Amino acid sequence: MSAELLIKNLWAQVEDKVILKGANLAVRSGEIHALMGPNGSGKTTLAHVLMGNPFYQVIKGEVLYNNEDLLAMAPDDRARKGLFIAFQYPVSIPGVTMASFLRTAVSARRGYEKDHLMSLAEFQKLARAKVEELQVDPAVLGRYVNEGFSGGEKKRAEILQMALLEPEIAIMDETDSGLDVDAVKIVAAGVNRMYEASGKKMGVLVITHYPRILKYIKPTRVHVMFDGRIVTSGDADLAEELDQIGYDGIRAQYERVAAEVVGEGEVRSAGKVFWVQH
Amino acid sequence: MAVVNPLGIDLDQYRYGFHDPVDGYAFRSERGLSRKVVEQISHLKSEPDWMRAYRLHSLGVFEKKPMPTWGGNVGEIDLDNIYYYMKPTEGQGRTWDDVPENIKRTFDRLGIPEAEKKYLAGVGAQYESEVVYHSLREEWTKQGVVFLDMDSGLREHPDIVKEYFGTVVPPEDNKFAALNSAVWSGGSFVYVPAGVHVTIPLQAYFRINAQNMGQFERTLIVAEPGAYVHYVEGCTAPTYTSDSLHSAVVEIIVKEGARVRYTTIQNWSKNVYNLVTKRAVAYRDATMEWVDGNLGSKLTMKYPSVYMLEPGAKAEILSVAFAGAGQHQDPGGKVIHAAPHTQSSVVSKSISKSGGRAGYRGLVKVYPGARGSKCAVRCDALILDDQSRSDTYPTMEIDEDDVQVTHEATVSKVSDEQLFYLMSRGINQDEAMNMIVRGFIEPISRELPMEYSVELNRLIGLEMEGSVG
Repeated sequence: MSAELLIKNLWAQVEDKVILKGANLAVRSGEIHALMGPNGSGKTTLAHVLMGNPFYQVIKGEVLYNNEDLLAMAPDDRARKGLFIAFQYPVSIPGVTMASFLRTAVSARRGYEKDHLMSLAEFQKLARAKVEELQVDPAVLGRYVNEGFSGGEKKRAEILQMALLEPEIAIMDETDSGLDVDAVKIVAAGVNRMYEASGKKMGVLVITHYPRILKYIKPTRVHVMFDGRIVTSGDADLAEELDQIGYDGIRAQYERVAAEVVGEGEVRSAGKVFWVQH
Repeated sequence: MAVVNPLGIDLDQYRYGFHDPVDGYAFRSERGLSRKVVEQISHLKSEPDWMRAYRLHSLGVFEKKPMPTWGGNVGEIDLDNIYYYMKPTEGQGRTWDDVPENIKRTFDRLGIPEAEKKYLAGVGAQYESEVVYHSLREEWTKQGVVFLDMDSGLREHPDIVKEYFGTVVPPEDNKFAALNSAVWSGGSFVYVPAGVHVTIPLQAYFRINAQNMGQFERTLIVAEPGAYVHYVEGCTAPTYTSDSLHSAVVEIIVKEGARVRYTTIQNWSKNVYNLVTKRAVAYRDATMEWVDGNLGSKLTMKYPSVYMLEPGAKAEILSVAFAGAGQHQDPGGKVIHAAPHTQSSVVSKSISKSGGRAGYRGLVKVYPGARGSKCAVRCDALILDDQSRSDTYPTMEIDEDDVQVTHEATVSKVSDEQLFYLMSRGINQDEAMNMIVRGFIEPISRELPMEYSVELNRLIGLEMEGSVG
C-alpha cells in the first residue's frame, strides 16, 4: 500500500509566536527526504504539528495523510494509521516498562481491540528479533520508558519503537544530534534496514541540523527550511552544498523574503481537542 | 442494561456490586449496641469468661471515648442503626462442597476457587461475621502453622490467644478499637512456630453483604523467632445505598529475627466507613512489612503502625490510595523507633480524581536512645483534575540526635508531554492515562502477589474509565 503525506501552506504557532509560515512538503512511500535548516527555523515544530502535539496550534493550511485530514485526528489515530515520529527529546514514563509500553503500542498499531493485546509470546519473539537487529541491549525492555536513559539510549529506543511499529511514514527529529559517529552509523543502519524490509515502501523524513547522517541515509530529496518555510529543495548534492556555504549563506539569501511574510488567519487546533483540562 | 448514576458512573462496572438475599442467616442480632448484644455475641460463640469480660470492658471504654474529630468525617455514622453480629450459616465448610450454594455463588464471582487452584496455601473467606470456608495445606499444619478464623483460634488455641489478644492494640487505644474489641467476630488467627517459613501467602477474602451490617473482624498474627509469613487480605463489598461500617483490628507480633508481611487491597463499596487499627510490634532483628492498598470505601482512616522495640528491628510501610468522586482516603502509617539501630521506610502513593480526596497522614517517632536509627519517608500524590485534592500530614517527633531521618513529598499532575508521547505511539488517551497511573503506583504493585497486582491494576483501570476526554 502506498502512503502520502501532503503538507500545504502550513502555518503554526507556539504560545503566541508564529513559527511555521507557509510550509509545503510532500512525502510519499519509498521516498527519503531530508529536512535541514538552522536552529529555530521550524523543523521540530513541523514534526510536532504533524504528530498532533497540543502545545502547538495550527493557524492555517492543510495536511493530508492518504487523502484524509490529518489535522483533525488525535495523535493516537495518526500513529495507528502509520505515521511515526522519533522524538528529539523523548519523555520518561516512570514505572512503565518498555516491554509493557511497546506491547500496548504495537497492539494498537496492529488494530487489536481495546483491552486485548497481542500475546506475550508473540510480542517477545518480535521484540527480541528487533532488539537484536538494531544492536540494542535487550535489558532495555525491562527498564522504565526512557527513565535514566543516556542520550544515545533514548535515540536507539526511539528507533526500536519505529522498527516495532512499522510506520508508513516516519519522521526522525534530529535523531543524530548528540550521538557520536558510531551511534549515528548504527541508527542509520537500522533505518536503512527498515526501509529495505518495507520493500522500499516506507517514506522517511529525516530532520537534521548536520549533513553528517546523510552520508549513511541517502536522501532522495533535500529541503532547506528557513524562518518557517522551505526555501529551497534539491537532490542529495544540496546537502553537500549547504555544508559548504553554511546556514549563514542561506540566511543572507532568504532573509529579505522572510521579512515580507505576515502571519494571519484564525487559529486551528493541532488536533481535535482531546486533552484533559488541568 | 447499564445503570448510569448522576455522576455518569456506570454502576454495572462495579463488578462486585452484587448481593445475595439475606434471608438465610442463622442469627442476626438486634440493631444497635448494648450490653445485651455484647453478651449475646459472646454466649452464641460459647466463649470463655475472660473474653466475655474483655468484651464488656471494651464496651465501657467505647461508651466513654468521644468520636474522633480529626481525619475524616465520622460524625455521620449512625452507630445505633447497625447490626453488630450476624451469623449466615451454622458451622463452617471444610471443603468447597460443604459451602452453601448462595455463598458459593458469591465466592465464585470473587474468584475464590480459582485462587485456590492457583496453589494458594490456604483460603479463609469471611462471609459476614463467620468464616464459612477454610482450608490449609497439610504441610503447614504438620509444621505447626495455625491459620484459622479468630473464633476457632480462640476455641482451639485459647492459651496463645489469651497471651497476645489485645496486647498490641488495647481497647483503650481508640474509640473504634474499643468497638471492635467489644463486638469482634471472625478475622484470622495465624501462628507460625519458630523457624518455620510459610513460603506461599496465606489469603483471606473479606466481604460485607448485608445493608447496615457492621463488620468487626479481628486478626492476630504471631510469628515466633525466625519465622516468616505473608498474609494477604483482600476486601470487596457490594454496593448499597445506606452507609456501612467496617472497623477491624489487626495485631501482629514479630519476634526475634522473624519477618511478617501483611498485604491488603480494600475495595469496599463507596458507602463504607473503613476505620481500621493495624499495629505490629517488632523485636530484635525482626522485620514487619505492611502493604496497603485502598481503592474503595467512602472514608478510610487507617495508619498501619510498627513499634520497633528492640535493636535491629525493621519496618516497611507501602501504601497506595485511590480516591474518586465522594471518597476520602486518609491512609498513612506510623513508625516508632524505640530501640537503637532500628530502620524504617514509608512509601505512600495517592491518586485523586473527580473531586476525591486522598493523602497521607503519618508519624515518625524516635525515642531518646534509639541511636543509629534510620527512617525514610516518601509520599507522592498524583492529582488527576482540578476538583480533586491531596493532603499530606507528616508528623515527626525525633528525640534522639544520632539518627537519619528523611522526608520527601511530591505532588504532581499527569503531564501533557507524557500523554502526548504515549498517544504518539497509537495508544488511546484513556489507556495512556491508565498507563501513567499504573506506573505511578508501580513501586507498590510490584510488591503484591501477581494476581493482586493484576487485580489492582484492573480495578484502577475501572476507576479511571471515563476520567478523561
